[in-house]
Amino acid sequence: MSLPITALVLCLTLPLLGAIATVAAPRHATPLVTSVAGLMVAVTTGLTSHVAVHGPVVVALGEWAPPLGIQIMADGPAVLFLLVNALVMAAVVLFSLAPIGQPGPRSRLAQTFWPLLLLLWGALNAIFVSRDLFNLYVGLELASLAAVALVAIERKRDTLNAALRYLLFALTGSLLYLLGVVLIYAGHGTLDITLLAGELGMHPTDALAIGAMTAGLAAKTALFPFHVWLPPAHAGAPAPASAVLSALVPKASLYIALRLWLEAAPGAGDAIAVNVLGWLGALAVVHGSIMALRQERLKLVIAYSTVAQIGYLFLVFPLALGAAGAVGSGVADSAWNGTLFQALSHALAKAALFLCAGLILEAAGHDRIARLAGVAQALPVTLFAFGLAAITLMGLPPSGGFMAKYLLVTASLEGGVPGWGLIVLAGGLLAAAYLYRPMASAFRHPDQESAAPFTTVAAWRQAIPLGLAIASLALGILPAVPHELMGGMP
Amino acid sequence: MTDWLPPLILATSLLPAVATFFLHQESHVWRNTLNLGGALLKVGLVVFMLVEVAGGTLHETRIDLVPGMFLLLRVDALSLLFLTLSALLWLLTTVYAIAYFDRKPNLSRFFGFFSLCVFATTGIALSGSLLTFFIFYELLTLSTWPLVVHKQNAASMRAGMSYLLYSLPGSVALLFAILWLESAAGPVEFANGADFADLDSASQRWLFLLFAGGLAVKAAMVPLHRWLPAAMAAPAPVSALLHAVAVVKAGAFGFVRVIHDVFGIERVTDLGLGIPLAMLASVTILYGSIQALRQTGIKRRLAYSTVSQVSYIVLGAALVGPLALIGGLAHLVHQGLMKITLFFCAGIYDERAGIHEIAELNGIGARMPWTSVCFSLGALGMIGLPPMAGFVTKIYLGLGAMESGAPWVVAVLAGSTLLNAAYFLPLLYRIWFTPPPDGERPGERPLGIVVPAVITGLGAIAAGLLAGADFSPLGWATLIVERHYQP
Repeated sequence: MSLPITALVLCLTLPLLGAIATVAAPRHATPLVTSVAGLMVAVTTGLTSHVAVHGPVVVALGEWAPPLGIQIMADGPAVLFLLVNALVMAAVVLFSLAPIGQPGPRSRLAQTFWPLLLLLWGALNAIFVSRDLFNLYVGLELASLAAVALVAIERKRDTLNAALRYLLFALTGSLLYLLGVVLIYAGHGTLDITLLAGELGMHPTDALAIGAMTAGLAAKTALFPFHVWLPPAHAGAPAPASAVLSALVPKASLYIALRLWLEAAPGAGDAIAVNVLGWLGALAVVHGSIMALRQERLKLVIAYSTVAQIGYLFLVFPLALGAAGAVGSGVADSAWNGTLFQALSHALAKAALFLCAGLILEAAGHDRIARLAGVAQALPVTLFAFGLAAITLMGLPPSGGFMAKYLLVTASLEGGVPGWGLIVLAGGLLAAAYLYRPMASAFRHPDQESAAPFTTVAAWRQAIPLGLAIASLALGILPAVPHELMGGMP
Repeated sequence: MTDWLPPLILATSLLPAVATFFLHQESHVWRNTLNLGGALLKVGLVVFMLVEVAGGTLHETRIDLVPGMFLLLRVDALSLLFLTLSALLWLLTTVYAIAYFDRKPNLSRFFGFFSLCVFATTGIALSGSLLTFFIFYELLTLSTWPLVVHKQNAASMRAGMSYLLYSLPGSVALLFAILWLESAAGPVEFANGADFADLDSASQRWLFLLFAGGLAVKAAMVPLHRWLPAAMAAPAPVSALLHAVAVVKAGAFGFVRVIHDVFGIERVTDLGLGIPLAMLASVTILYGSIQALRQTGIKRRLAYSTVSQVSYIVLGAALVGPLALIGGLAHLVHQGLMKITLFFCAGIYDERAGIHEIAELNGIGARMPWTSVCFSLGALGMIGLPPMAGFVTKIYLGLGAMESGAPWVVAVLAGSTLLNAAYFLPLLYRIWFTPPPDGERPGERPLGIVVPAVITGLGAIAAGLLAGADFSPLGWATLIVERHYQP
């Protein structure tokens, strides 16, 4: 096997092997996961630079070409997601070494945390590179189960409830998706995205299939109004788990929806359907932001912010496939690239925010926004990271979030549908409002009220969310390579 | 060809900013060396560029972000006007701030954001395209917030909130205007202006309104001015920088760019946009002065005075005539020199004598002579007493108004001068002509807080006395306008 193909195969196998190894040898879990994380960052970085220079890497498993065999492919968007996934996962691994990796009462937690985390990692990677709708289903199912288990990992009553609700939505979503897969296979005899491209939409049952799959994926992506499971689950999980869950898991199901609609069936979307998706996205932005504004706990604010930020991702449907996309290929390209910028920069920034919240929770013993005074003194680096990540979520320059906003608003204006652009701009203001509250509260001087003492947090751990936040800004400062990898509408 | 000079000038503020964040609170020597070194290096580079640009050289650096989206740094005469002001006053304010804060806490955070703020201002001055301008404009908004809330008490948190409450919607208006314009006209460079062919006149008016709304927040024009007096809760060096160089000037400078380099004078005249903006500026000038008259705190009176004075610059740009523009541009520098002097002095009064209220100024002239002389120079300049800098501005604005066929502006200027006198002269009377209260004589140490005030005070006189020289603010403004009107 050539080096890039080896790298691609490693992206899928290494996390899974790591998961098995941590189950088999829990005593050596810490060196195991750190080396898997380090290797994965190196492998995905190498693969990304290879794809940036030489183009996509394709592997036909068992050397059988589709429709008989199964293909996996690392194209530009795929490697970007692989890389961001690796960065977030590696950050979470490093972050979790201190509280979870140490011996003591929490070590039992480590026995389940590490395998689940690595399983999730491998499942997400499988989704990012699969070209087969059934393979995608398998990845999706694995990812959902690992994610639900991560929510429930502390076995507290309210998180168990949240996990149960999550499971319900995830399973329903999977079933709907599977129904669609079956219908497509019955109609076309193949599930390969490349072969389906141009075919999908021809068969009478295709509309039903795509509808069912989209509904299932929307439930897993927590699109309004299927979002009710997300805030309690993401806010209830331990902070490093929340970081992964909020940053990456909803992106995986969205990623499938993008591949399905924009790559396999670009002609199949009718105007009403794409507008409905856009409208639900817009409602998600408004509803998620308003709910985030009303929360009293930091982790809930961040979780509702995910609901809002996911909303932007659905604007790609009306912008790329609706009347706007018909104006010219430039509009659809901007919409596609803007959406990917949003997905990637949100992943990095959201992981940073949850890790910040985790540190604050550790140091203060709570995350009540009204009582955060003094954080600026006790955890200056953490608060700085929080501020930088907030810049991305608000979509202010220079950040990946600004690139997303710029491209999406440009697409909406050039496509003659400025309404979608106004939603994006309004969402930025709302994000500023809900992120300002905790930020300002943390900035207050502690001596204004009865200050609770903060326990100290090691500087290197505070540097982890800072690194993620800087990465989310770097997407906007050096956007040329990622932009080229995104490559416009497939 | 890549030109390294503009990025190098940016780096003189950015690198100290980033490095300062990593410094320990106690590393006073390192921090001061970094910040002063950056400021001095920058002044050196700016002087070099002044000579080059006067000789007709242009410096331009283009950085491609993604296809169709680029950063453009361009040094023309107008950017140098703003750049020179910010470089000189940054150096002086750094000296002042080092002496003012001495050994207070959180200084690494303060100086980090302080330098970042100057980095953003420099970027605004150097911007050669609308998008570049917006990016630095936003960076300024963000980097100023930690300075405004630096004291971390309830008043400064309220000030910070109010600042963002006005600024962020302003930015959204500005961004929407830019993206709307660019989706119709392609990327807009200031050197070429925008191509409005695809937009009807109603859209063009809406665009102008959005631009004006976005810029008016930072320029503190009525009714979007309220954040500025609230921001007085910030420490004195921040107020000095905010009122003289950074935020309000960014708004005013933006107006000059948008009117002259995006829309162009003819389009603004044809659409009938100049006069309404000039009227709004006039209202702001008079309203700010009247409000200043009603304040009893020194800093609040100065703040409303800024509201009023910054709109002189907008007025000069809105009247769309060469003489008015010369007046407005010269005032960009003049107001900076005079207002920073006043704020330096207000800070010294506060820090050394605990004086915040106007009523407490009685007899302070004899007790703090250096500070009081500088304060008086700034105040007299603001009133427009010949031959001070403010006088030169008002003459040119008045002549420009007559030239542009808006004689009513002369009445506004006269009224504003009377009001300026009415709110500044009582202070001077108290300072010099009332007996001091008993008690210990407050000192004027260290030199670091007094010398910058003396330099800017003298600068305000020199700008007026030597207005005819080539490198005076007026001379440079004339050069800009000559190049603009005779390409």
